[in-house]
Amino acid sequence: MKGVTTGLNAWLLQRVSAVYLLLFIIAIPVLLTLQDVTSYQEWKRFMAHPSLVAAWGLFFISIIGHAWVGIRDVVIDYVHNFKIRMLVMVMLALWLIAMLIWALQVLLISQGGAA
Amino acid sequence: MLNKSRPVFLNLLQIRLPITAIASILHRVSGVLLFLAIPTFIYLVQLSLQSQAGFEAVLSIASSMPVKLLGVLLLWALIHHLFAGVRFLLLDVDIGITRSTARASAWLVSLSALLVSILLVGVCL
Repeated sequence: MKGVTTGLNAWLLQRVSAVYLLLFIIAIPVLLTLQDVTSYQEWKRFMAHPSLVAAWGLFFISIIGHAWVGIRDVVIDYVHNFKIRMLVMVMLALWLIAMLIWALQVLLISQGGAA
Repeated sequence: MLNKSRPVFLNLLQIRLPITAIASILHRVSGVLLFLAIPTFIYLVQLSLQSQAGFEAVLSIASSMPVKLLGVLLLWALIHHLFAGVRFLLLDVDIGITRSTARASAWLVSLSALLVSILLVGVCL
């Protein structure tokens, strides 16, 4: 845990995830347009492609890691009382972990659901 | 915290932030907005994949006026965050670090983020 809460590792996580998020956010609308995804069936098929499941999985992991470092910086800047700061950071970490589990669940369950 | 008697000047009406600081604080504000949007985003992806009805519900939610206005704000937040983020990544590797270049690039990302948001809204509406 300490590895992504302090110093150089957090800095690196923020930068590496930023680059991936940038590429992903450009790539998805381009792919949706090129493949002309407009109906539910096409959207479902688009999201079921193995490489896209992997890309979305990495996207959710990246965005949660990126959000963690960013929101952690905000908390460190504005919450000066150590105990309150720790409490807020633990709550935010739990929140983000829950979001990640939810997102990955959505991604994987959508594979098995009625097409 | 170390020196409690240090002078503090925080009159926000009198402080004039340089454009680099404005681009920076907007990067933070947009980041917090995007953070807040995460659960809604996951929910919409979930709903859109659940069923035909869910997919159509997402489309009709997206076309309601209040959601559109919120969407415009979030679109700007995303684009500003991306542009200003790329600028920070370049600054990290020592590109554009002279004061004049940093100021020019801060103007560039802040204004082009606004402009691109408006253009995208125009294209999508």
